[in-house]
Amino acid sequence: MAQTTFDGSPVGVLEALRQLRRQAASYQGIWSWIATVDHKRIGIMYGITAFLFFLAGGVEALAIRLQLARPGAQVLDQEVYNQMFTMHGTTMIFLVVMPLSAAFFNLIVPLQIGARDVAFPRLNAFSYWTFLMGGIFLYSSIFFGGAPNGGWFGYAPLTEKAFNPGHGIDFWALGLQILGISSLASGFNFIVTILNMRAPGMSLLRMPVFTWMTLVTSFLIIFAMPVLAVGLFELSFDRLFGANFFNPLKGGTPLLWQHLFWLFGHPEVYILILPAMGIVSEVLPTFARKPLFGYPFVVFSGIAIAFMSFGVWVHHMYTTGLGPVANSAFGVSTILIAVPTGVKIFNWLGTLWGGDIRFKTPLLFALGFITMFVVGGLTGVTHSMVPSDYQQQDTYYVVAHFHQVLFGGAIFALFAGIYYWFPKFTGKLLDERLGQLHFWLMLIGFNVTFQPMMILGLLGMPRRIQTYPTGMGWDLWNMIATVGAFLIALSVLVFIINVIITARRGQRAGADPWDGRTLEWSIPSPVPPYNFARIPLVRARDDFWHQKYREDEAGRPIPVVAGGAHQEHEEEHAQHIHMPSPSFFPLIAAMGFPIIAYGFVLADYALVAAGAVVLLFGIYGWALEPASE
Amino acid sequence: MAQRTHAVEHLETSTGLDNRKLAMWLFLASEALFFGSLIATYLLYRGQSTEGPYPSDVFNIPFTSVSSFILLMSSTTMALAVGAAHRGRLHQMRTWLLCTALLGISFLAGQAFEFTEFVHKGLTLSTNLFGSSFYLLTGFHGAHVSVGVLILLSLWVMALRGRIGQHNALNVELAGLYWHFVDIVWILIFTLVYLLDPLAEGR
Amino acid sequence: MTLAELRGARRRREDGEAHAGGLHATTADYIRVAVALFIITSIEVAIYYIEGLRGVLVELFLALSGLKFLLVVLWYMHLRFDSRLFSFMFAFGLSMAIALFIAMLATMKAGLL
Repeated sequence: MAQTTFDGSPVGVLEALRQLRRQAASYQGIWSWIATVDHKRIGIMYGITAFLFFLAGGVEALAIRLQLARPGAQVLDQEVYNQMFTMHGTTMIFLVVMPLSAAFFNLIVPLQIGARDVAFPRLNAFSYWTFLMGGIFLYSSIFFGGAPNGGWFGYAPLTEKAFNPGHGIDFWALGLQILGISSLASGFNFIVTILNMRAPGMSLLRMPVFTWMTLVTSFLIIFAMPVLAVGLFELSFDRLFGANFFNPLKGGTPLLWQHLFWLFGHPEVYILILPAMGIVSEVLPTFARKPLFGYPFVVFSGIAIAFMSFGVWVHHMYTTGLGPVANSAFGVSTILIAVPTGVKIFNWLGTLWGGDIRFKTPLLFALGFITMFVVGGLTGVTHSMVPSDYQQQDTYYVVAHFHQVLFGGAIFALFAGIYYWFPKFTGKLLDERLGQLHFWLMLIGFNVTFQPMMILGLLGMPRRIQTYPTGMGWDLWNMIATVGAFLIALSVLVFIINVIITARRGQRAGADPWDGRTLEWSIPSPVPPYNFARIPLVRARDDFWHQKYREDEAGRPIPVVAGGAHQEHEEEHAQHIHMPSPSFFPLIAAMGFPIIAYGFVLADYALVAAGAVVLLFGIYGWALEPASE
Repeated sequence: MAQRTHAVEHLETSTGLDNRKLAMWLFLASEALFFGSLIATYLLYRGQSTEGPYPSDVFNIPFTSVSSFILLMSSTTMALAVGAAHRGRLHQMRTWLLCTALLGISFLAGQAFEFTEFVHKGLTLSTNLFGSSFYLLTGFHGAHVSVGVLILLSLWVMALRGRIGQHNALNVELAGLYWHFVDIVWILIFTLVYLLDPLAEGR
Repeated sequence: MTLAELRGARRRREDGEAHAGGLHATTADYIRVAVALFIITSIEVAIYYIEGLRGVLVELFLALSGLKFLLVVLWYMHLRFDSRLFSFMFAFGLSMAIALFIAMLATMKAGLL
């Protein structure tokens, strides 16, 4: 690739990097992906990586279900079982749902606000690479004596060195710290992007709901993740340096861990669901050919949910003996948070009512979200009642609840988003019939897996047990749940086949295959590097729809002549749009973190220092390099 | 769209506010939660240690007061550096940047000395709850100060090379925001940890 | 002393003393704030040793350190002269931190003393 001779001196290295950087700007080859700062490419990388972790987490789930299919089974021994459910939960939350949401933030938000990229493109790349490093670091624990085994919530003192002497928990704690940095960077980036880089005329209340939910979620991230970071530092300091934060022998209390964890953990579940709700709020209007019903209510209820999410965390701790006052106060706040959630549901129903509905795959998944999330939300309301939670806590009822909202909810909505926006970034439509097959298989599989768990919970089956005795009335439901899990796996296979077939010979999509309402549909598919040849001037909410249609007296849309997506003749204007240059420094900086982390795990402080050097080299290079040249 | 640090070529933002300044304030808001958690841990465990040394056994209020003055003065010199940068008075800016960094280093030296004294008196991270929560809180604060010193010295070196001036005074301003924040965290720590300690043991 | 500073700063703003891109604190303001910080800290250290004030120590210290906090945030960090959005963001984060941790400590029945 390089025509000049490579001479290995510092000057030579920097010159080689500059050459690579120029080559990467051409969008060709592997280096152009490694050095990319383009939000669309970063979004794709997030999406693919998250999907691979989804498969890993799914395999973990199948292993769990195989173990639990029959009483007394020994498919997985106790230690492996604990690692399996720990990695399943940690993977699905931190390595799947959050990064898939991040994929959509990256792909969609700049397009929806009429921007050419995010506020800090290199920081964006850094977020992705740090995520990748964190995920790899976490999984590498398998080669260092075993994966973490303390659950995704890592309760101390079970996770303290005295009870958990291996390296697994250290990989968990340090891995989550790395992932936390990735999320924080992303949070700052998207808040600034959304507040500062909107196209002229796009006031906040003209923004699409998905962009609003991204904004709200980003605030949740920047306020919740630091609390987790402190909890994790305290745990790591206990384990690595003999501190006493959760050491009962020196007066430490396990409640401190629980408070810090759930102060993060509850906002975290809204971080997981609000972007999904944003996707649903985009899909429904498009496939009902009606504007979102009650847009201000949907937006403000999102804000309300986020705000209130900080005030309910103790509902994870009702059974820890905090007393009736604390329990009652948080019981009330938890019930109240159902209100704005209900507001959203009714507004979505209002959007569908009287609409001209087309039952395409994105809409099916969105409808699946609504129905499954309502069920999940209702089980959440039963949890909010302190007395009923006393029976439900630590049983499979809880497992059913959160899978109902995170799988039936978030995952379904994320698939809706994948089917919806796939054509925009690839220029091809996923096969509709395979999509429908995927949906129905997944919906049935999901319900067959998790509805029995509600019954199991009410029958008293505890969580996190490697096996159970026969004769408890649990055998049949467990077997049914396992069958359901394999149905889910089959549905995912259908999806993978769909993607492969589409890549080979998929139907070409134009700029606006769904007759959409928001700005991303006004530009070509796939999207050119500069996004918009001309930054749009926004005159209303759903401005693109109004460019395409006027309303007649009965409110029916009438196409406007010459409205619609602008295509190739705009390309001439695009020749002199200057985009930020690619950079290797975000990746280099990101590589510092796992090196530092391995250093701490192995108590090799030379390695820690080496990692710090790599991190500093990356940061200084980044700071001193011009953003574009 | 090119993201440069030159105010002159600055592209318009929807709020009219600079991207990086907005990001810095968001970062500081987020840091409030970080230090809040550390302080809350300290306050929770105040008076709960099952064995000594206790705060009154180790604290040297006069010494720490001097450290606190030093850090407060460094905020003053920082503000002067930012002012000089905005007015294009580069020599003054360099001087105040260096002063701030040196005051920061003095503060860190004071912390190092103080911690060494405490260790000699038997207070380590693992001794008791006080040791754990004290060292974690002040240690992370010190780490933040260290990063600040690194940033200040880097700006000073770049200024010597003529790369910091009125056109990119924002860089100095951003460093200033970070530095002042680290100072106000110390204001809280000095009060809540050092000055309010007599009450912990019911004296 | 602090009130006079506040009044002084406001008067200067009304006199229309502006800087490129917005109003600024002057060097004199910075020195005044420095002096105020020095004095307040000295008061704090002094009352630490006064036995008679033990009863109101918490309130006094919180008030005094709160004052120092405000001085640095409003003048050195320039929030007094900058966009309200910055103040809002920062105040929001701060309020969240205070509210959450008071709630947490209260739940654990931990006294702030």
